[in-house]
Amino acid sequence: MIEKALKGNRSYWIWIVFLVTLVASGLSAYYQQRWFGLTVTGMGREASFGIYTAQLTFLLGVAASAVMVVFSFSLRRQKELAKTVIIALFMAVSAALMSMLFVVADMGKPDRVLNIIFFPNPRSLVFWDLLLLSGYLATSLISGWAMLGAEHKGVPPSAWVTSVMYLSIPLAFGIATISAVLYAGLPGINLWLTAVLAIRFIASALAAGMALLILVTLMLKETTGFDAGKEAREKLAMVATYAGIANVLLLGVQFITTTYSNLPWMWFSLIIGVVSVTILLLPALRKSQLLFVGACTALVLSVWVDKSAGLMIGGELVPAPLGSIVAYAPTSTELFVVVGIWSLGTMLFTALLKVVVAVKVDNEG
Amino acid sequence: MMNEQRREFIKKTALGVFAGLGVASGLVPAFSLEKTALPVWDEKPVPGKIRWGMVIDTRQCKEGCQQCVTACHHEHNVPAFKNRKEEIRWIWKNSYKNVFPTATNSAVSKEIQNRSFLSLCNHCADSPCTQICPTGATFKRWDGIVEIDYHRCVGCRFCIPACPYGSLSFNWQDPRTAIVDPVTAYPTREQGVVEKCNFCSDRLVKGLLPACVDACPEQAFTFGDMNDPVSDIRVVLESNVTMQRKPELGTKPSVFYII
Repeated sequence: MIEKALKGNRSYWIWIVFLVTLVASGLSAYYQQRWFGLTVTGMGREASFGIYTAQLTFLLGVAASAVMVVFSFSLRRQKELAKTVIIALFMAVSAALMSMLFVVADMGKPDRVLNIIFFPNPRSLVFWDLLLLSGYLATSLISGWAMLGAEHKGVPPSAWVTSVMYLSIPLAFGIATISAVLYAGLPGINLWLTAVLAIRFIASALAAGMALLILVTLMLKETTGFDAGKEAREKLAMVATYAGIANVLLLGVQFITTTYSNLPWMWFSLIIGVVSVTILLLPALRKSQLLFVGACTALVLSVWVDKSAGLMIGGELVPAPLGSIVAYAPTSTELFVVVGIWSLGTMLFTALLKVVVAVKVDNEG
Repeated sequence: MMNEQRREFIKKTALGVFAGLGVASGLVPAFSLEKTALPVWDEKPVPGKIRWGMVIDTRQCKEGCQQCVTACHHEHNVPAFKNRKEEIRWIWKNSYKNVFPTATNSAVSKEIQNRSFLSLCNHCADSPCTQICPTGATFKRWDGIVEIDYHRCVGCRFCIPACPYGSLSFNWQDPRTAIVDPVTAYPTREQGVVEKCNFCSDRLVKGLLPACVDACPEQAFTFGDMNDPVSDIRVVLESNVTMQRKPELGTKPSVFYII
């Protein structure tokens, strides 16, 4: 099936070449980081986490959120999501892969990454998080690919595929919860010391993930003519709206209890979060395609800002274990690596979607 | 013909006897023909038997004196990066408000506000850094010392925000270029791993006191086994009011301060 990703029109190849260029520039920036060390980043003594970990926090959520579609389709038998399931699974695969790459990019000794498997520390939440993440990557890829294969052959998927999909459900909730508890359990950073972080990680993940999935299906419709269906998008929008409401409520509550109100980025996240959820909630506004797309984009942006600039970078500025504040700003090397990893993930997602669309078109034609 | 069979039988029996002896000596030490030095096993460390601790009498610590810091950093090949972002510190002088940011006494005397307080790894009994380490590279020893395996560390840096005392430093670049006067008795580190005070486990094994304790001209430090009821440190702890850093977090630090 994979050969279907190698047949595309001009614009497909222009897009791929564009992404390859960005991946290459990311690789060259990463080579510099490997050679000189993490000194080339903006991180330092008091800001030991930077933009890499911020992307990781966001992408873990996006990866985990895809399980909502799996859950609704396989357990709640919502047939209108049938065309979206594989797209969601492949979004999870790409997001999980990017998460793992960001973990590796942030390591001082990436060549020793297998030490996490050779010498696991079962008391460490970092270990469990990475274990669940790799398990989730595997289950999403295997079940998505097997479902697509069955569709290609025109037969229903085997029973084991459903079992693998079920397995991904607890893994996804585990990833969101463990990452949140991991951050909440770091005594050095006060901003994260709250149990509500775990709930907020799940809510914001679902909101951003579903909004992103809506945007992906719209983009597929525009570029390939393949439509996952308006009903499917409405289902996704419903989940995104409810999760979005829960997220802005929880985020708002934190403005009262913690130092969030000192962080301008958090205000930005809260305001655009409220605006986008309002648009998605009111039928009159939601009906306009432009506002709908705008609201979904704003919701993704709201969560991205909250997870990266606010939670990760702001989190380190406010308390600083040694009582002093050192501003963190990413360097160009870091930004190139970030763009490179995002491009690699997008390239994988594009290729997988290409196969999906080709199979669906074959079957319909 | 007969002899052949007999020879074969004797050979096999002898082999069987030797094999049996081998197994028996493995299972029952008394059967072994060659004795191994068993005391090696008798002295196997008992977790929790010893708990090393330190008391710092901050009244004795002299302004401007850096002898403990210099001795420690020299002994352990700690690189001397000058910029704050990449600085590596095992032990350093700090202000009262940075060392005890959560202490409730807000109206401390001018003298205490100006006094230097030493910061170093607290070798917590309940250490968040060892719990978060995914590979066990930061680990707790049987004698309470929190140690780092520089060859196992993957450089994920989760231990840095996990530590409420800012005790861990990361090698943002190759540290070997910034070691002023390298010593051969202790290994240098590589780019990309974390490091911190090891309570001089390298000196304790030779029967020496930690470098900072030895170097202090004012005898401000008391070091010893807190589980030993007749040790110096127990006497000092029992006869003085001491403070630990951020005790409310429940990390149970092994470093105590006399204010």
